[in-house]
Amino acid sequence: MKKLLLCLAVVASQWLSAQDYFPKNDGVKTPENAITAFTNAKIYVTPTEIIENGTLLIQKGKVIGVGSLTIPKNAITVDLNGKYIYPSFIEVFSEFGVEKPKSAARGRTSQYDATREGFYWNDHIRPDQKTIDVFSFNDKDAEELIKYGFGVVNTHLNDGIIQGTSVLVALNTKQDNNYRILDQNASQFLSFSKSSQSNQNYPTSLMGAMALIRQFYYDADWYAKGNAETKDLAIEAQLANKTLPQFFDAKSRKNSVRADKIANEFGINYILKGGGDEYARIDEVIAANAKYVIPLDFPDAYDVTDPYMASKVALSDMLYWNQAPTNAKVLAENGVTFALTSSENKKLKDFQENLLKAIEYGLDETKALEALTTIPASLLGKTDIGTLKKGSYANFLITSGPVFDKETTLYENWVQGNRNLLENMHTQDIRGTYAVKVDGEMYTMDIKGKIEKPSIEFKQDSTKINSKINYDNGWVHIFYSPVSESETTEFVRLSSLVNGNDFKGSGTLTNGKEISWTARKTEDFEAKEKKDKEEKTPEVLPVSFPNMAYGFAEMPKQQTILFKNATVWTNEADGVLEETDVLVKDGKIAQIGKNLSAKGATVVDATGKHLTSGIIDEHSHIGTDAVNEAGQNSSAEVTIEDVVDPADINLYRNLSGGVTTIQILHGSANPIGGRSALIKLKWGGSADDMLIDNAPKFIKFALGENVKQSNWGGGRFPQSRMGVEQVFIDYFQRAKEYNEAWNTYNGLSKREKAKTNAPRYDIELETISEIINQERFITCHSYVQSEINMLMKVAEQFNFNINTFTHILEGYKVADKMKEHGVGGSTFSDWWAYKFEVNDAIPYNAAIMHDAGITVAINSDDAEMSRRLNQEAAKTVKYGGMTEEEAWKMVTLNPAKLLHLDDTIGSIKTGKDADLVLWSDNPLSIYAIAEKTMIEGVVYYDYEQMKAKKVETAVTKNKLVNMMIDAKNSGMKTQAPKAKEKELMHCDTL
Amino acid sequence: MKKIVYTFLCMLTGLSVLQAQQTPAAKQTKSILITNATAHIGDGKVIENSFIGFKDGKLTLVVDATISRIDMTQFDEVIEASGKHVYPGFIVVNSTLGLVEIDAVKASDDEREIGQMNPNIRSLIAYNTESKVIETMRPNGVLAGQIVPQGGTIAGTSSVVQFDAWNWEDAAIKTDDAIHINWPNSLSRGRWWMGEPNTIKKNEKYAENIETLKTYFAEAKAYNQGKGSERNLPLEAMKGVFDSSQKLFIHADGQREIVDAITFAEAMGIKDIIIVGGAEATPVANFLVEHNVPVVVTRPHSLPSMEDIDVKGPYKLAADLHAKGVKVTIDPAGDMERMSSRNLPFYAGTAAVYGIDKEEAISLITKNPAEILGIDDIMGTLESGKDATLFISEGDALDMRTNIISKAFIQGRDISLETHQTELYHRYNEKINGQP
Repeated sequence: MKKLLLCLAVVASQWLSAQDYFPKNDGVKTPENAITAFTNAKIYVTPTEIIENGTLLIQKGKVIGVGSLTIPKNAITVDLNGKYIYPSFIEVFSEFGVEKPKSAARGRTSQYDATREGFYWNDHIRPDQKTIDVFSFNDKDAEELIKYGFGVVNTHLNDGIIQGTSVLVALNTKQDNNYRILDQNASQFLSFSKSSQSNQNYPTSLMGAMALIRQFYYDADWYAKGNAETKDLAIEAQLANKTLPQFFDAKSRKNSVRADKIANEFGINYILKGGGDEYARIDEVIAANAKYVIPLDFPDAYDVTDPYMASKVALSDMLYWNQAPTNAKVLAENGVTFALTSSENKKLKDFQENLLKAIEYGLDETKALEALTTIPASLLGKTDIGTLKKGSYANFLITSGPVFDKETTLYENWVQGNRNLLENMHTQDIRGTYAVKVDGEMYTMDIKGKIEKPSIEFKQDSTKINSKINYDNGWVHIFYSPVSESETTEFVRLSSLVNGNDFKGSGTLTNGKEISWTARKTEDFEAKEKKDKEEKTPEVLPVSFPNMAYGFAEMPKQQTILFKNATVWTNEADGVLEETDVLVKDGKIAQIGKNLSAKGATVVDATGKHLTSGIIDEHSHIGTDAVNEAGQNSSAEVTIEDVVDPADINLYRNLSGGVTTIQILHGSANPIGGRSALIKLKWGGSADDMLIDNAPKFIKFALGENVKQSNWGGGRFPQSRMGVEQVFIDYFQRAKEYNEAWNTYNGLSKREKAKTNAPRYDIELETISEIINQERFITCHSYVQSEINMLMKVAEQFNFNINTFTHILEGYKVADKMKEHGVGGSTFSDWWAYKFEVNDAIPYNAAIMHDAGITVAINSDDAEMSRRLNQEAAKTVKYGGMTEEEAWKMVTLNPAKLLHLDDTIGSIKTGKDADLVLWSDNPLSIYAIAEKTMIEGVVYYDYEQMKAKKVETAVTKNKLVNMMIDAKNSGMKTQAPKAKEKELMHCDTL
Repeated sequence: MKKIVYTFLCMLTGLSVLQAQQTPAAKQTKSILITNATAHIGDGKVIENSFIGFKDGKLTLVVDATISRIDMTQFDEVIEASGKHVYPGFIVVNSTLGLVEIDAVKASDDEREIGQMNPNIRSLIAYNTESKVIETMRPNGVLAGQIVPQGGTIAGTSSVVQFDAWNWEDAAIKTDDAIHINWPNSLSRGRWWMGEPNTIKKNEKYAENIETLKTYFAEAKAYNQGKGSERNLPLEAMKGVFDSSQKLFIHADGQREIVDAITFAEAMGIKDIIIVGGAEATPVANFLVEHNVPVVVTRPHSLPSMEDIDVKGPYKLAADLHAKGVKVTIDPAGDMERMSSRNLPFYAGTAAVYGIDKEEAISLITKNPAEILGIDDIMGTLESGKDATLFISEGDALDMRTNIISKAFIQGRDISLETHQTELYHRYNEKINGQP
């Protein structure tokens, strides 16, 4: 290899030439107009346009002809008899020649403002960043890429949310940037990760990053229309980059969907870099209708030889190991357009191995080739790379056989007409079986494997002998231990020049005696092993929904179900009905009564059991990938709807406790938090499936210790309850003025509008305007009476009502004022004493507020408690003497009312959604078990089914463990077992 | 500014301390008879209609009223309790009650010391009898507990207290009952701040950590056998575990850790070993039975530690171990463990859903903890001769709806069931709803 590099270096200096119009002081002008003709090759002009026995003509770094051509007289001819020519590969997601920027020094306090001047208000928006400014061609990395078949890379400074433009560069080690830079603004890159060059706090969350991108697009549009009075270099750069291909480094399937959502909102086509797990929800990927860049970083098998450690590996992680190699195949078969990238592989060798593995797992070879040539070219909008059509760059590979065949050798990789010699294609094939005679002893020798790097098997009679072969520059060198001395470290050494079929040379015995030896070829080499392997297709386990423990093999379907003889908790005027039937049809409660019957309905005998509407948790933080956007004191621009995680096991655990609907709230890191997501726990579905259609709009507000940063460091305004009030008044006032400005503008005639600057569209103020306009409801995290009272008074100043106080632990002290204001309370049953501000929290709070006429709910704010909210409701019977019916409403009808969803859920009433739970006992009893949990007529949880799934999980894991041990034994790499841990989120999770 | 905030907090804390806990009840001078209640003995038995009598702080009578004749005039006071239920006081093991008042207020936190080997650190002297959290235990039937220091490898020495006292000496039922070890974990979390992935993997230092403990115990044993060496407070504090005057509570969750810990302690010649936590104890239940080691199961109202684990796993653990013959009690360890300790009866109730008889579920928080703590001569069951530490509930005390307690006695004393919380309730219910 070293030798090869040296060879490349020498060649490079010889061939290096300058542009035509450059002054020349090192000799006379030596124009290069030579034509090279490659003949008799199988030429892949594109992956699907193949010429057998064709000719490729190149001149001045470009293809000037391909096909069955007459070779010009002045051409140098290279006869490639039987060899293959392919367009070289393109890496679209490269960081080649770009060093990681220096990280900004960390300050002691949070940085709220931007560091850069003249640019956008947020440092992580860097469309002005140009990779070309920091690009430096790296010969060593280029040679490595060339070795693995790459000819062109699209390289970028991978730093920031909007990262600016990339450089498309040919891996031309022979000429300089004047030649190899194909496009200095080839594309723009984006990600959800902040720039390391700034410590600006915002955004601290994924949803903040999403909101920031949206706001920036609005601002760019507004700026483009000439509305801004100041200059913004970032926006100007963005306007210039707008038409370029936009590569979005989403890093996972889930985030791809999120990026795609933004793209759709703004009519942009992001090219999404996925996570390699697209197969697990392929329908969602197809529906996105986007183009992808797919990494091939498959996980290693876990080393599960220690059963205790093995037991810690989650089924989902084991499945990922088993299924990941099928990803590209699944994408290809479903018609998703994708390029492949090596960017997530530590070494290019891993990429190559995984590519072959993906093919072994069923990826079509033509699709694989397209994913490395024509597709990346088209993603970049280029026609002169990725193919060998006339006019294309002469970037091509010469191989011994089909490019994705394990036995194939890559001989040469030509970049812009410059040859990179990787293996000598004229190496003689010495593979075969030989009869060897050394010092009177007879041996048999099998030479096999790759032509250039063969391996041998040396035998005397049938005994295998320890041996090695070295085939180098036309010479073979063979070492072996004579069988009688197999335990020793002494070797017999033989050498011979390769000339003809047989070997004849000299050697040295273990005792140092010089001898001569011969080898006569008795059989030619036959690649028979290959066929054996092809028959063995790896076993891939089926995907479930979600793809983890307790996932469904197939999504459950809506059923017509008749519950017979249940005790029915209606939550309506009928109260609790004994021995009553409930019919569920088309996802709705169709009929309630005695002795019902329905054709085709599945009958559930509910004798002795209790049927209720599903539990609704007004305050939850499960099923989300982010809770707080803590970068500013208001984050009304963010929404949890952007970051719903449908594969959180806690959703299933909630179903096991009879929960059917939750409000996923933003946290309490700032006075004005983010917007909520209202979801139904449709386990196995996508985030979109779970989000309630046309749900009422909510936003989280917060008061007290968390927002004034009492229990951790922080220097942001506000630091006191006094400041909190001012934050609210300030934002409401600004929203009011914003609203007025838009109303004025929208009231203008067309002609007047043309003459007037439009107000700037501001997502945050839009959201707060919705509150003032009573189109969005506030649910406010609150503890002590002073702040509760304050927020009601602030709202009254702006003529709207607070909808819900959540936590509201001192609500009992101001219940009369709350009643007067018309606000509801959603509280804990018995939490207190965890912070100073909950010192006066009492478990009687719910009862006092209820008796004062307030709509009261009991909520969880906790993944553990949420799956037994029935017990928490029951505590109001103990503390404060609520009736059982009223207690039950606190986790069903009352939260439905607070969420303005009581027209469809919260009680058992004909026409409402069939969100039902069948309990083994009185649902308020400590002894009650949720046996079935149904949403819209679909049973998403069944106690018996859960137990069966648990057994299934154990069986599947056992199977995977055996597969992994097998993989380890067959020499595959392994990784140490590790347990996954899901972070549990609360209000103050940052 | 910080200083000002701090002072402000201190002032507020000071103010709130002024509203002290309920006054501890005076010594009981009367003999009392409770008639016609369902008596839950605590050992799995139940007397549907009972006579329960006590005098001088001790139970003198627990009999079936339908088959016993007694002279009621022998008692100074008769409490008619037909339709009601009497239970022995519930006992909370592995608790930090009285060591922290408000989680987020550091000044109110006395639950852990710095350093790894702290056997000499004693919880009892920091136990704050005035804690407003402790008084909220009583209206739920939780009347005594083991107070345990936290942190380090050897966390310190616990004591058992009853929950109605003027000071810690008053409160103590069993002083310095046990030493607590946090057993090393065979798994460790990636040091994310060093750029390692934040996942859980094998702890390469596990064996080394165990060796450190072995060495320490060996030193302690040698120290306490020898004479005249320079005084070493921590080593001296270990004496009790070697002469069996103190028990050894080992906090361990993994099956590997549990077996390693018991093997270690037995090799050290320690007799009274108790496992605390025991999340993965079920697969090694037979080992626990063979070695006669009880388990203090972590709060059943906890989430399974992994997504693959049985959704009901933590609910079932106590019942599963009980079914295999392990002696089990339940602790409240976890988030908000002090204020949640009053939910102890409901933790036991949850266990009763998943394979344990309701009366045996009561044993989980009465007889079993008394035996585990070595206080079964005075507590744990309703039996003559034991302390009259019991309560009367309107209904099933393991169910939230019916855990409504009208009377509670500790050592026969008629204790207050009022709390800071009930006082606020009465005050504001009157203001808001006009109800006293």
